[in-house]
Amino acid sequence: MNAATTPIDNPWLNTSATIRRVIPETPGVATYDIVIDDPDIAGRYTFRPGQFNMIYLPGTGEAAISISGDPNHPLCLPHTIREAGNVTHTLARLGEGCSIGIRGPFGSAWPVDKCTGKDVILVAGGIGMAPLRPVIYGLLHQRERFGRVSVLYGARSADGLLYPDEFSKWQPSIDVQMTVDRATSGWQGHVGVVTALLERLPIARPDRTVLMTCGPEVMMWYTVQSALTRGLRPESIWVSLERNMNCAIGLCGHCQMGPHFVCRDGPVLRYDQVASILKVEAL
Amino acid sequence: MTDSGYETLGFLPADRLQSLLDVLIADGRTVIGPTIRQQAIVYEEITSVDDLPRGWTDQQQPGSYRLERRSDDAYFGYVVGPHSWKRFLFPPLSTVATADRESSGWTMRTPEEIPPRHAFLGVRACELAAIAIQDRVFLEGPYVDPIYKARRNAAFIVAVNCTQAAATCFCTSMNTGPRCQAGFDLSLTETEDGFVVETGSDAGRAVLQTIATETVTQQHLTQAESARRNAVDQISKQLDTTDIRNLLLGNLNHSQWEDVAARCLSCTNCTMVCPTCFCSTVTDVADLSGEHVKRQREWDSCFNIDFSYMNGGVVRNTVSSRYRQWLTHKLASWHDQFGQSGCVGCGRCITWCPPGIDLTEEVAAIRLSPGEKAVLTDVVEVDG
Repeated sequence: MNAATTPIDNPWLNTSATIRRVIPETPGVATYDIVIDDPDIAGRYTFRPGQFNMIYLPGTGEAAISISGDPNHPLCLPHTIREAGNVTHTLARLGEGCSIGIRGPFGSAWPVDKCTGKDVILVAGGIGMAPLRPVIYGLLHQRERFGRVSVLYGARSADGLLYPDEFSKWQPSIDVQMTVDRATSGWQGHVGVVTALLERLPIARPDRTVLMTCGPEVMMWYTVQSALTRGLRPESIWVSLERNMNCAIGLCGHCQMGPHFVCRDGPVLRYDQVASILKVEAL
Repeated sequence: MTDSGYETLGFLPADRLQSLLDVLIADGRTVIGPTIRQQAIVYEEITSVDDLPRGWTDQQQPGSYRLERRSDDAYFGYVVGPHSWKRFLFPPLSTVATADRESSGWTMRTPEEIPPRHAFLGVRACELAAIAIQDRVFLEGPYVDPIYKARRNAAFIVAVNCTQAAATCFCTSMNTGPRCQAGFDLSLTETEDGFVVETGSDAGRAVLQTIATETVTQQHLTQAESARRNAVDQISKQLDTTDIRNLLLGNLNHSQWEDVAARCLSCTNCTMVCPTCFCSTVTDVADLSGEHVKRQREWDSCFNIDFSYMNGGVVRNTVSSRYRQWLTHKLASWHDQFGQSGCVGCGRCITWCPPGIDLTEEVAAIRLSPGEKAVLTDVVEVDG
């Protein structure tokens, strides 16, 4: 929780909020636009790309969900959510106008501020595009600050690609490439894993290039290995990790991964912080 | 809160110990102290010195705890039992927030609790260290736990120096005892006929002034020193902590994890009796209407299978991975997270482990045959 925006007397306390709009995205995935009820709290709320909120359904529980909206417009908070557990299943049955709770923002952010003058590569897999969309908004907001921007996005099939309508809007000013594991009829784009796109991507200044990746851990691992082979520095590569988060404030112990509380030190971590533990089984 | 060091001495004759309890109770405090329940010395509310385990001691071995009669009438002639003060500062079950459905929608509130004014009687040096460790977790990080904070601020601590040690004790290896050094309001050392009393805070000095103590004689001091020396001399167990963080994090794939998993029941006993383990889970508990909800926090354990459940899968699905998580967190990654070890050397996890797994022996086995080079690099600091 950001001390400047929300009271910290009780970091466990949720704020009342309302589901303003539900946008179906892909099978089992929808974006929920959430607005904090109290205009004062809503007006003070800010977040950085990659941070998450705890979405609270009283009687069911909380789920940690990354914010998929524009950090420059934090009054409406989109959360792109896949039905995966109790909370997200219950949420899927709630409609627009329903009252819920929200707690946040929590966690670390993507290093957009560190990208000035650099080329940026975003590599996303499936729903991993959701935590990266705020980065794209941030890059587009001050497009002239950054060099070449490439978005490489893979999904199992074409109907698993999030935000297809927005890609065409982004396309002129950033390079967006998509790939699917299995092509269905009508798919005209690449077929194969997302790392294949990275291998073919021209990287003019590897020492001045920042890569951010979010998706399944195995996808991120191969993405990072490919990037290292291409000359990117380990300290210029960032990953977003996922673990069971119950408290979001580093007090419950659930999300530990080696020395990290993923909720507090992550979810966005620099690759050299986790290089030695990413491949340790059952850590 | 207490400051460090010990000063203002007094001697409290054994037959006046009740006056200490009386003063604390008259001050509106609930005195929590050692008492015998189900053949173990536990911490519960006491009102009289007759509630204390006078004349009893505990015999501890890996996987074994027995009470025995002492040959004297010592009030504090035991070491530590299955309880720790954690249960009063970080309760096993508590409500962190509530939600009520009202006409405008859900309203969330912080439960109004007047924190109990506890006086802890009989806090050992290792337990003072454990409280300091939990202070780091709950009070000194980016987020403060309001329940712990309220209870901690209200607590008055009467430490009692150990005058004997169990076979499972290794506080000298962890530099936490047996001498109570700081973090108490009053500290007692029991001698043959009473207690040498030291103060560690203004609140402690104020209490000491209101109980009828006598002037400390050199003989009292010599007896107290001798009694404390006895505890040091009895400690036989050791944990070599040399470079222990890198030793353990550098051996995440060591065969010893499988070896210990063949003995470990994953029963969670070690984490429940540990005075520093802080893992918990918050769940929603609703009334029948579903319109009034409590968010209840309950102690949890990294040994529970569903503790690492995520998106339809469990991260640590084997006993070896769960034991590794517990031990590497306690002794290694705790240093990364909180700048110190998470172990105080109280030995509870050894005593209360049904098969008697001894963490000092597990570490020694890894130290004997380290299988890998340091896999985990040093902590990488990232600004911003």
